[in-house]
Amino acid sequence: MSADTHSHGHEAGHASVGFYWMIGIILAVLTGLEVAAYYMELGSFEIPLLLGLSVAKFILVVAFFMHLKFDSRIFTFVFSAGLVLATFMIGALILLYHFVPGAA
Amino acid sequence: MSDAALAHDEHHYTSTGLTSWKLGFWTFIGSECLFFGTLISTYMVYKGQSLTGPFTQEILDIPLTTISTFVLLMSSLAMVLALDGVQRGSKKLTMIWLATVVLLGAVFLGFQVYEFSHFYHEGLALSTNLFGSSFYLLTGFHGAHVTVGVIWLTTLLIMSATNKLPPEKALNVEIAGLYWHFVDVVWIVIFVLVYLIQ
Repeated sequence: MSADTHSHGHEAGHASVGFYWMIGIILAVLTGLEVAAYYMELGSFEIPLLLGLSVAKFILVVAFFMHLKFDSRIFTFVFSAGLVLATFMIGALILLYHFVPGAA
Repeated sequence: MSDAALAHDEHHYTSTGLTSWKLGFWTFIGSECLFFGTLISTYMVYKGQSLTGPFTQEILDIPLTTISTFVLLMSSLAMVLALDGVQRGSKKLTMIWLATVVLLGAVFLGFQVYEFSHFYHEGLALSTNLFGSSFYLLTGFHGAHVTVGVIWLTTLLIMSATNKLPPEKALNVEIAGLYWHFVDVVWIVIFVLVYLIQ
């Protein structure tokens, strides 16, 4: 992977075209695996596996296509603040409505 | 002062050394996480609570949605290649890849229009049940974001065609790209939570 940073401050580093194609292929393969896992009906493994594959795809797009891997950590912090809050909110509401009897 | 230097100065660097546009746009994306977080929460809270059909497992078409998911993922690849093209100063590459993103975005929207009309004819309207309300709200807002992205990228394509998108204005494409990739990652989450985990 060739990463070059050529503009102001810590911004706008990027990878090579070949690397982007490789990420695209990995994303397609992971999507194929998700759908295969759905049809194979893996029981109690299915949901953790699907969530894991989804998180992997999410990280690949955010880190490499959105350049957070190469950019300033301030961008990562700003994005993560919203993302972590949203994840906690979704998790808390699922717990409240589906796993705590009579709470909601 | 040259045009390139003028364009460079238009970016307004903050005291952190980061462009204010880009920092502001990442803040916007952070707030969008919360926006879609509320819609996803609503869908998950009401999941399996519908009293009348059609129900989730009866109506969702996984093969069709897999194709539309693949289309949106590949549009993200085309988007990053368009940014690479504009940074290299290649008008040809920029136009080819921007046109590809616009085309793939339009194809994704076509799939969504087909899905919505098919569901409606199957008896699932916005007010039919909790699944209908939360599903149309979540995927409809995502589709609206894709529509905004397609319009935005079309304007960049026109700018490139009329030689108004030199390498000095690559930040315009980068910010549009951030928006497009964000729309893609939201769909990655929707695809697994709404379609695959039933």
